[in-house]
Amino acid sequence: MHQEAAIREPLILGEKTYGQITEDVMQPVVGKANRSWWIAFGISAVMALWGIGCILYLLGTGVGTWGLNKTVGWAWDITNFVWWVGIGHAGTLISAVLLLFRQKWRMAINRSAEAMTIFAVMMAAVWPGIHMGRIWLAYFVFPLPNQFGSLWVNFNSPLLWDVFAISTYFSVSLVFWYIGLIPDFATIRDKVTQTVPKKVYSLLSFGWTGNAKAWNRFEEISLVLAGLATPLVFSVHSIVSMDFATSVIPGWHTTIFPPYFVSGAVFSGFAMVQTLLIIMRKVMHLENYITIKHIEYMNIVIIVTGSIVGVAYLTELFISWYSGVEYESYAFLNRATGPYWWSYWAMMTCNVISPQVFWFKKLRTNIMFTFFMSIIVNIGMWFERFVIIVTSLHRDYLPSSWTMFHPTYVDIGCFIGTIGIFFVLFLLFARFFPVLPLNELKTILKSSGEQYKKNSEDATQH
Amino acid sequence: MEFVFSKRAKILFSVLMIIGVIAMIVGFMNDHSNHHGRFWANILTNGFFFFAISLGGLFFLALQYATEASYMVVLKRIIESITQYIFVGATVLIIFFIAASAHWNHIYHWMDNAVYHEYVMESTIGTDHPEYVDEMVEGAIDNEHYDKIIDGKSAYLNLPFFWIRTLLYLGVWCFFAYFFRKRSLMEDEIGGTKIHLKNMGYAAIFLVFFAFTSSTAAWDWIMSIDTHWFSTLFGWYVFSGIWVSFMIFLVLFTIWLRGRGFVPFVNDSHIHDIGKWMFAISFLWTYLWFSQFMLIWYSDIPEEVTYYVQRITEYKGLFFGIFFTNFVFPMVILMSRDAKRTIGYLIFVGVVIFFGHWLDVYMMIFPGGVGGELHIGFMEIGMFLGFLGLFLYTVFNSLSKAPILVKNHPFLEESKHLHI
Repeated sequence: MHQEAAIREPLILGEKTYGQITEDVMQPVVGKANRSWWIAFGISAVMALWGIGCILYLLGTGVGTWGLNKTVGWAWDITNFVWWVGIGHAGTLISAVLLLFRQKWRMAINRSAEAMTIFAVMMAAVWPGIHMGRIWLAYFVFPLPNQFGSLWVNFNSPLLWDVFAISTYFSVSLVFWYIGLIPDFATIRDKVTQTVPKKVYSLLSFGWTGNAKAWNRFEEISLVLAGLATPLVFSVHSIVSMDFATSVIPGWHTTIFPPYFVSGAVFSGFAMVQTLLIIMRKVMHLENYITIKHIEYMNIVIIVTGSIVGVAYLTELFISWYSGVEYESYAFLNRATGPYWWSYWAMMTCNVISPQVFWFKKLRTNIMFTFFMSIIVNIGMWFERFVIIVTSLHRDYLPSSWTMFHPTYVDIGCFIGTIGIFFVLFLLFARFFPVLPLNELKTILKSSGEQYKKNSEDATQH
Repeated sequence: MEFVFSKRAKILFSVLMIIGVIAMIVGFMNDHSNHHGRFWANILTNGFFFFAISLGGLFFLALQYATEASYMVVLKRIIESITQYIFVGATVLIIFFIAASAHWNHIYHWMDNAVYHEYVMESTIGTDHPEYVDEMVEGAIDNEHYDKIIDGKSAYLNLPFFWIRTLLYLGVWCFFAYFFRKRSLMEDEIGGTKIHLKNMGYAAIFLVFFAFTSSTAAWDWIMSIDTHWFSTLFGWYVFSGIWVSFMIFLVLFTIWLRGRGFVPFVNDSHIHDIGKWMFAISFLWTYLWFSQFMLIWYSDIPEEVTYYVQRITEYKGLFFGIFFTNFVFPMVILMSRDAKRTIGYLIFVGVVIFFGHWLDVYMMIFPGGVGGELHIGFMEIGMFLGFLGLFLYTVFNSLSKAPILVKNHPFLEESKHLHI
């Protein structure tokens, strides 16, 4: 059997048995939603409806209802797009990369992180879609045969690579997530008694029997999908970064963009996972599974990726000077001291400086503080994309066309709307899906469960 | 158990070093490039490449501590012995930088005083030490060597600051190599978990320092050879090369030790794991190579693209060959689980990409440092072998100085029972 060193901290607290794990995870599915769930759902639904209203208005009237102008042709729209794609990185990183690294703590968080990923990527896809204005022509982004006239996708464009990269990522993440869900759906199917839920979960579980062969295939496919998903975690945000970096716009064209975007994406994704899970563990009483240790590990990922992003910021800043290229130097000078200085310093403070407090164990194991920091990082990463996009564009090569960007209420409404839709989806997930991979968790109970660890220690001492 | 540095191995490595010395002497005499540029470029290429392996080892060791990883504990002494070359490697680099600063070579264009001054006294042109001036004074004319771009970088690229940085990097890195080794030996004696838990903190400190200095060192020592050129990704690209070179060496060295029966506690799962690392970091290297190349090639901005224009026009086959070798071999051959557990495949791929990554360093240094056509002759091969001998001698010697398996490491049992 697998040996675990005594100094490793337990990952499942309390005196849990296999049966209890099932019960704990089933609780929200079979029980009734409590008041806080309904309040959260209500607020999210209102935000979502407002956003949908704004989006319909935008589509009916035109992209002119946003605050874009001829100098700043991309602003909140693409900022939001990149922000959401970035958030959508944590789930697959946790489920795929951490699986390859044999990190057992991923089991408590991977299900909800993957759900979050899928919803975040869906929200990201909204932005290029509605940015087209004529969304009913969205199929033009696919390389369709030429019956539509002389239009053909431009294979040289990173925007097209994005279409492929994100749709691949989305498909693989969805399949990965769903396959993980199958055994857990089957457990729920076997436990629920009402007819309709039983039928639904029975359908969802694809007739899972749970025999040895099925588990064997389950583990094999998980490994294969992890292997496929890992390069995708890198490729998606690399290609998003190429939307900018292949251009010749100072501030956009810099070679560090691909890895730095990936790191930033993981950073923001983990922050969003913290935001969601800290609430979820409280509301759904999952403190024994999503422990302080889990939160601490995630905070360590946040500080590492945040610092990588910090090194990248400083590298860009330094090389812009070192390059001796006037435009390049100006772009960065303008970021830090120009009219958008506040957004640059908001980004620097939220992403680089403030996560450094996680060096203190006291703070990275403090739940309220972690929650607060996760919001700060989410804000900071939004500003990062805003800084890259708007401050690089608003002062171009022609000073007579220098301008500022002012968001309209439609800009704001669409953004708030995607947040609303995202939370609606996540709340529904938390209500009807097994939020912890209960069957996988059972595999680590005996090696990493608190009372089992204690028992084996006692046994070795006597 | 002890590792015995056999007499045969000692003789073999000494012979390699002698070949290296002969290659250096013969090469230096026959090198008619500018200020023996080819000779010195060889010193830098080998000096950096082998230094990088030990630095990569130090990084990997710190990474193991900081991430609470257990699977590599049985290999810890092997990794440590690789890090102990860092002192020799740092000495070689310092000798090279002294030579560069003393103008024995012109690898670094920016070290030439002439490029910083707009004017020169006409009467002193043609003498050994022309007198340069920054203002138009009587008797001065335009300095044809003046380089506005390099002059703009002089706040960073100047000898005093360069030396401060270099000594800082080397000093701190060497200190950590010494420090981790010392604590590791101490843990053997004392035991307990205190040393290990503290190591996690020290490793984090090292990693933060390394995160900055691995990039700046790459700019200072390598990127500044092509003084005009710049790329924000360069530091990370060099870092991935450092890391993968170390992983390759670790795979080959561990397999050799296992074949000789020195490390019976290393099982197939350990070999599989380091094989995975070699595979994965080859992908990282490829990813960064491609990101840097593709973005510069795509945008085609003159001040950036020159770097690749020179490499593609003068070294086309080698330039793309390195990329494909270092990418395709590990990708195709090591993709399957079985391959990563098969010694033959690992050795084959490891040896091929070991040279591949040496050539990658070559490709970063020679085009800017020497230029012109491809130089790979007796001098390159001989000096490579010489440095290889020096490196192996140091590593073997260090490994023989302590028990080959650590004692009292809290994760030792976990590591011994690794089964994947």
